[in-house]
Amino acid sequence: MNINFKHEWIETNIGLMAVLTMLAISVGGLVEIAPLFFIDKTIEKVEGVRPYTPLEQRGRDIFQREGCYTCHSQMIRPFRDEKLRYGHYSLAAESQYDHPFQWGSKRTGPDLARVGGKYSNEWHVQHMVAPRSMVPESVMPNYPWLLSTPLDISDTASRMKALRKVGVPYSLTQAEYDANVAKFGETVAPQLHIPDAQKNLVEQANFGNYDGDRSGISEMDALVAYLQVLGTMVDFSKYADDAFVDNR
Amino acid sequence: MSEQKLQSQTVQTTGHAWDGDLQEYNNPLPAWWVYTFYATVVFALVYWTIYPSWPFGKGWIGGVSQITYVNSEGETKTHSWNTRALLMEDLNQAAAAQKPYFDKVSAMPYEQIAKDPEMNGFILSAGKALFADNCAPCHQAGGQGVVSFFPNLTDDDWLYGGSYDTIHETLMGGRRGYMPAFGEVLDGEQVDQLANYVASLSGIEHDAGKAAAGNVLFHSDTAACYYCHTSEATGRKDMGAPNLTDNIWLWADVPAATGGEGKVAAIRGVIANGLNKGVMPAWSGRLSPEQIKVLTVYVHELGGGQ
Repeated sequence: MNINFKHEWIETNIGLMAVLTMLAISVGGLVEIAPLFFIDKTIEKVEGVRPYTPLEQRGRDIFQREGCYTCHSQMIRPFRDEKLRYGHYSLAAESQYDHPFQWGSKRTGPDLARVGGKYSNEWHVQHMVAPRSMVPESVMPNYPWLLSTPLDISDTASRMKALRKVGVPYSLTQAEYDANVAKFGETVAPQLHIPDAQKNLVEQANFGNYDGDRSGISEMDALVAYLQVLGTMVDFSKYADDAFVDNR
Repeated sequence: MSEQKLQSQTVQTTGHAWDGDLQEYNNPLPAWWVYTFYATVVFALVYWTIYPSWPFGKGWIGGVSQITYVNSEGETKTHSWNTRALLMEDLNQAAAAQKPYFDKVSAMPYEQIAKDPEMNGFILSAGKALFADNCAPCHQAGGQGVVSFFPNLTDDDWLYGGSYDTIHETLMGGRRGYMPAFGEVLDGEQVDQLANYVASLSGIEHDAGKAAAGNVLFHSDTAACYYCHTSEATGRKDMGAPNLTDNIWLWADVPAATGGEGKVAAIRGVIANGLNKGVMPAWSGRLSPEQIKVLTVYVHELGGGQ
């Protein structure tokens, strides 16, 4: 049979077999990855999504360091029960500056994609220090050290530079800064300027006083600042409730 | 050995040999496996036709299955099947089922809702779910609150008022508690006198001499406590300043403190350090007007509505 002839031919030519194996495997990659470079519908066009401020970004670092993502997702799926409990489903656009994104798929605790503004800063602080004092049935561990550990702000600029390398539009030069003013507006752009990172972080922490303790900037300040901005960047009242149906 | 020979006669080999006599058997796959495989291929073809599948140009092929829904602008739209359109359809159906109730809720005055047994049942079940999702993390499942953090909603002592209208206002716009830190303007002795006076108002064990001095201070312009708590110390609801005469405590954890001195110390702490807490988030952006009205009645009915 013809097929038997080929079988033998491939099996006895190791170079040819390697080439054909590579071709077979790359089909999967081509079909799944290549179209993403051409499809322009997946990321919704919405106003308001911006990179995190230095303080929020440091809070995000702590969120990852403490492994919050192992129990909390940040992805509200387009189901009725999730809409009722968590709010509008998450948009791809809302995590466009997340590196890495925190979507997750495991929920031991609730989804956090729109937790911003839902609770007071004080609730977050107390809940982080002693979760069961706020939610008796909670199984979340205590994180008391966040309140007593001063936030290390010395490497804030370096962390932002690293994110800039992977595509987050933090600005280093005047030209980049001007581009951010055009894209994000006069009030947001200064927050994204790497040379002012440390100053901006201190100002936001002192003004917001997220941990309720004015004596210094703790890791809790950063984490609460991050939690309070989650899911709040897009004003959904500006859009019809089916505005994003076409993006799937 | 003889068995192997037998097999070599009945099973085909792939037809080629290495090293002279090294051959490979060619056992065909079982028929059930092959046909199941063909069936999955057919399934995939049907699936691709019905649902969104292959990328095409700048988008993808939507599939023939369609969903019709009405959006918030009142437009009826038909869209190829996807989870977001499916959600619109789900929400439409749910809204239609709940509409008679929510229409009634928006149309009825609060007092009437409370009296109507059918509406009361709806408020209890819908309100319970809303309360559990949104309010219970702070005010706890039964609305009993947490001393020194979040107020009890089941008693008739209200910071901002317990009428339907004030509860509604609180839900819509949120609240922010504030009391200056009097430790910064008064000396330790004066703070102690005030604490003893406040303790005396609720009949807690105190130093009568200090309380008398505290009484004067309370009503003086030096401490000016009466600005917010009124001359009778019964509080001003428009400022969220609590009644100090009812022995109900939110910020100073008096019930947990032991002995007269401990209870006075708890009060002293609040006077000296002030409060910049008691933040209640605004819910107008997160919940619908009907949901807020349901919660207003639900909270009113927790026990302390006025």
